[in-house]
Amino acid sequence: MSLLKYESQIREPLVGGNKDYHQVTEDIISPIETKPTRLWYIGFYISVALLLFGAYSVYREVTYGIGQWNLNKTIGWGWDITNFVWWVGIGHAGTLISAILLLFRQGWRTGVNRAAEAMTIFAVMCAGQFPIWHMGRVWMAFFVLPYPNSRGPLWVNFNSPLLWDVFAISTYFTVSLLFWYSGLIPDLATVRDRAKTKLRKMLYGVAAFGWTGSTKHWQRHESLSLVLAGLSTPLVLSVHTIVSFDFATSVVPGWHTTIFPPYFVAGAIFSGFAMVQTLLIVVRKVMNLEDYITIGHIEAMNKVIVLTGSIVGCAYLTELFIAWYGQNPYEWYAFSQNRANIFSPYGWSYWLMMFCNVISPQLFWSSKLRRNITVTFFMSIVVNIGMWYERFVIIVTSIYRDFLPSSWSTYYTPTIWEIGFYLGTFGLFFTCFFLFAKYFPVIAVAEIKSILKTSGENYKAKMTDIEKADAEKFYVEEVEHAH
Amino acid sequence: MAGGIKKFVVGCFDDEKVLFPAVKQVRKAGYKIHDVYTPFPVHGLDHAMGLRETSLHTAGFIYAITGTTTALSFMSWVFTKDWPLNIGGKPHFALPAWIPITFELTVLFSAVGMVLTFCYLCQLSPFVKKHHFHARATDDLFVMAIECTDKTNDAELQQFLEKNGAKEINVQHAETGWWIGRYDREQKLYREEKGY
Repeated sequence: MSLLKYESQIREPLVGGNKDYHQVTEDIISPIETKPTRLWYIGFYISVALLLFGAYSVYREVTYGIGQWNLNKTIGWGWDITNFVWWVGIGHAGTLISAILLLFRQGWRTGVNRAAEAMTIFAVMCAGQFPIWHMGRVWMAFFVLPYPNSRGPLWVNFNSPLLWDVFAISTYFTVSLLFWYSGLIPDLATVRDRAKTKLRKMLYGVAAFGWTGSTKHWQRHESLSLVLAGLSTPLVLSVHTIVSFDFATSVVPGWHTTIFPPYFVAGAIFSGFAMVQTLLIVVRKVMNLEDYITIGHIEAMNKVIVLTGSIVGCAYLTELFIAWYGQNPYEWYAFSQNRANIFSPYGWSYWLMMFCNVISPQLFWSSKLRRNITVTFFMSIVVNIGMWYERFVIIVTSIYRDFLPSSWSTYYTPTIWEIGFYLGTFGLFFTCFFLFAKYFPVIAVAEIKSILKTSGENYKAKMTDIEKADAEKFYVEEVEHAH
Repeated sequence: MAGGIKKFVVGCFDDEKVLFPAVKQVRKAGYKIHDVYTPFPVHGLDHAMGLRETSLHTAGFIYAITGTTTALSFMSWVFTKDWPLNIGGKPHFALPAWIPITFELTVLFSAVGMVLTFCYLCQLSPFVKKHHFHARATDDLFVMAIECTDKTNDAELQQFLEKNGAKEINVQHAETGWWIGRYDREQKLYREEKGY
């Protein structure tokens, strides 16, 4: 029973302020029931405008062909695949928070998991756009599916990492969506039962699937969440592993590296947490949720950022060392000339990546900076820029000089439609996020209630030693012996 | 799927600390608890009510191995029998290369199957409507519904609940199953339809 789980008094409370169950509902649900603020409209319209620009860029690409982008003889993958890997990586933090931290019994995840899971889903939606539109003849996109066809049937190549990606990304999207929505059902029922207008009663009634809060249903719900978390944990690791296989199983110097899977997964979590910080620092301020997403939550996420940032840093140095130690002249040329040489055409991007991902996160060793919102917000953006450059460096600096120097390409810069496509995915992401923040509970209401009496500020203060002793005795009698 | 109209005595508690002993007392006194509706999962309540463990995770495991088998057998059939494609002279039966897809399908089958099973067992679906004993059961109240039989003295039962800490007590006649409906409309049960 949640009330009686022992929680150390040294830990800072996860829910601030003088809250009871009803107050929690009130704080989180009431923004849904009021009209959106002006700030919301401004943000929403900017996002929609970006989305429309992106749609137009994609329209040009489909109509006139891939030539609308500046891809050339050696650079077949440019901004599009960079953006794909970047968005997939962003998604990883949501699953880490909701699944891996659930298995590790981290109470603080309850404040941030719902928004992070939503972020995962929207990020994966954005990521999926890039390989699909990159196909060029997008109306043939269904060719990637293994369906019986009139060409033999000629099946897809199950040995290809690109096909593994199709399965990995689509499974990841489906499972994340199911996990997110099954968690939402009880909270949507709370919105439904508070609804004053007929329309809201109907819409949330449909969305809540007739949830009543029966004990048996909660028991199954808990079991479902736990198993889905158990499934999502290896899944999230597999997804970025498979994305890294797109590169690692090739024979291109700079890509042909066994360190890629763990290095990509750490980088994904690193950039994902940075994006969670960017979003939640704004959300907690605009929606007055400072009691639920506390400085403690922000600090905890910054700790993950400094850990994963350092893992990524180690990986950068390791691959550099191995490129030298391995004595393969092509591999060493890719690292020493195409990347680390700051005077080479793309040398600047390598050092920008190094600065943003390896050096700047080290600030978070200081607890004062970890708990500073301005610094955290600024850093979250720096990290995301850095992680975008990581993918750019891996992709472009490995392929712009191939084995035949006569085909070494001219300097690759994106066209306005390539940039427009990228901006368009920002539009898609933020349009979805704005709608989510307005119409769904951004914090898992039921989960916050289940930790309120162990981790709420007011309850924690009241819980004296005598009460604790009583509670433990009560637990043994009532719960353990009940069955 | 109408469950029939039954009579219930409903007691609402505002603290799980009071709810637990009350559940125990009610069961000891021989009353039949229809259900307890709570705003969040109260750990241990299922045991206190004497509910058996769910075997949903077993179903999840069965779905998972179905996914594994489907993926492996399909890829083996395609690449060794139906259309053995020569990919760089490598073996047709390329098991290591099939592990990623096998894993993904295992997870996909298990997750989708479990969610569908969960929805089926709990009768959750859009446009399913159920009776709610108290609107605040999804907010801050723990609502215990006790089924009345012919022998139940409901006045006595109400007193009993009050003694055990219930804040709000009433008697309701309610449909126990579900029906197709919307939450913005009055309830219309199957039995009220023509030809039921």
